[in-house]
Amino acid sequence: MDVGIVSYGGYVPRYRIKPEEIGRIWGVDGKSMGKGLMIYQKSVPSPDEDVVTIATEAARYMMDRVPDVDPKDIGAIYVGSESHPYAVKPTATIVAEAIEATPAMTAADMEFACKAGTAGIQACMGLVGAGMVKYGVAIGADTSQGAPGDALEYSASAGGAAYLIGSEKVIAKINKTLSFTTDTPDFWRREGQPYPKHGGRFTGEPAYFKHITSAAKMMFEAMGTTAADYKYAVFHQPNGKFPTRVAKQLGFSDEQIQYGLLTPNIGNTYSGAVPLGLANVLDHAEPGDRIFVTSYGSGAGSDAFDITVTDEMANYRRDNAPTLEKVMADPIYVDYGIYAKFKGKILMPE
Amino acid sequence: MSSVAREWREVPGRYNLKGTKCANCGTIYFPRRDFCPKCRRAGIGKIEEYDICRTGEVYTYSIVYDAPAMCDMIKPYAVVMVRTDDGVMIAGQLVDVDLEKVAIGMRVRAVMRKLSTDGESGIIRYGYKFVPAE
Repeated sequence: MDVGIVSYGGYVPRYRIKPEEIGRIWGVDGKSMGKGLMIYQKSVPSPDEDVVTIATEAARYMMDRVPDVDPKDIGAIYVGSESHPYAVKPTATIVAEAIEATPAMTAADMEFACKAGTAGIQACMGLVGAGMVKYGVAIGADTSQGAPGDALEYSASAGGAAYLIGSEKVIAKINKTLSFTTDTPDFWRREGQPYPKHGGRFTGEPAYFKHITSAAKMMFEAMGTTAADYKYAVFHQPNGKFPTRVAKQLGFSDEQIQYGLLTPNIGNTYSGAVPLGLANVLDHAEPGDRIFVTSYGSGAGSDAFDITVTDEMANYRRDNAPTLEKVMADPIYVDYGIYAKFKGKILMPE
Repeated sequence: MSSVAREWREVPGRYNLKGTKCANCGTIYFPRRDFCPKCRRAGIGKIEEYDICRTGEVYTYSIVYDAPAMCDMIKPYAVVMVRTDDGVMIAGQLVDVDLEKVAIGMRVRAVMRKLSTDGESGIIRYGYKFVPAE
């Protein structure tokens, strides 16, 4: 049985802030900060947006593209995020109601730093492959937090993408998935704390690079492939610099990661990052294109996917929802004051 | 603020614009009605579920400067009356828009957003708002 992507949808809030504006407040050269991180602007959620609304918008775009799929045939919905609006009360049930998939289905929220969305895809693949559900929905979405003045404030942004996983009319077959997971404390947020903490330089080599290259090499070995066998590649993108470097280490060219790298324009959407990068690749993909995907979540782990776009892509109603390029076009820029208000960083009276 | 139970009963309309339609005279009701005041007895048993179209155009609008507390973070904001593509009038906020560009006849579509929250620990209410559409 071929298990893979039947449909997808991505959403990014319309507001943006530039690193020079953040740097202006904290007495830092924001422009060179942005240049160092390869982040030229980041998305900002409106005060009325959160992971529920972002996940819902992405899931509705996903369903718009498959008008023949009955939402009642969705047997599982998993929403991966580290910014679920409730500590207790699932995001997934609200999204399920909003796409009318309830009630004969299972649902849960997932959390694994930036890779909870791809973990959801793997869970859905298992359920579909085992014949337990006809379709599963996996969503990665975040409205991520960066402490004021911290390096993360220049990157932490908002967005998300949704994937319908099934075995019929698959537009992109997932040939294989595997993971590389260890206990590595590079980034964390304790219960009840508003902002995460990170291990500074420790987040690079032993964390991001080790896990991504290990998972990627395991995939190359399992499939008997090299970077040259893939048309596109998508890597987790906490900034623009890391994925560009890891792609080079693995033998991928700038052209191969061009569509899958959105962070320079929208910032790090955490659980949304790889799902959104893959969505932008699928917006451009043609039948036969092979795609290499490796996510990364702090704490730490990487999920790798080997994907081939099928002939079904030619029949797919991709135009029923806007492409990511269209979603990201025409942003509204905000200054730090508006950003602070939108993100709830201003102490308000009771 | 209204009770959690009352908010929960509103979910189908708020999330998915679920209304009803009288099969006797064709009138669409939103929020839903289970009785057609036009057909009265003739409409009994003929009220069907009806999904209101999520796209439409601005029929009229107003810009709110003196906002209730729950909308304080986004004031000034636009309140619009939208005529959906199936002719139903729905009032709501128009967001993610340059207020100077709000105009009668503007194409809009319904999205789900946070409407309000019961403080820091209470329930979060989600429902429809409108955004500009092509």
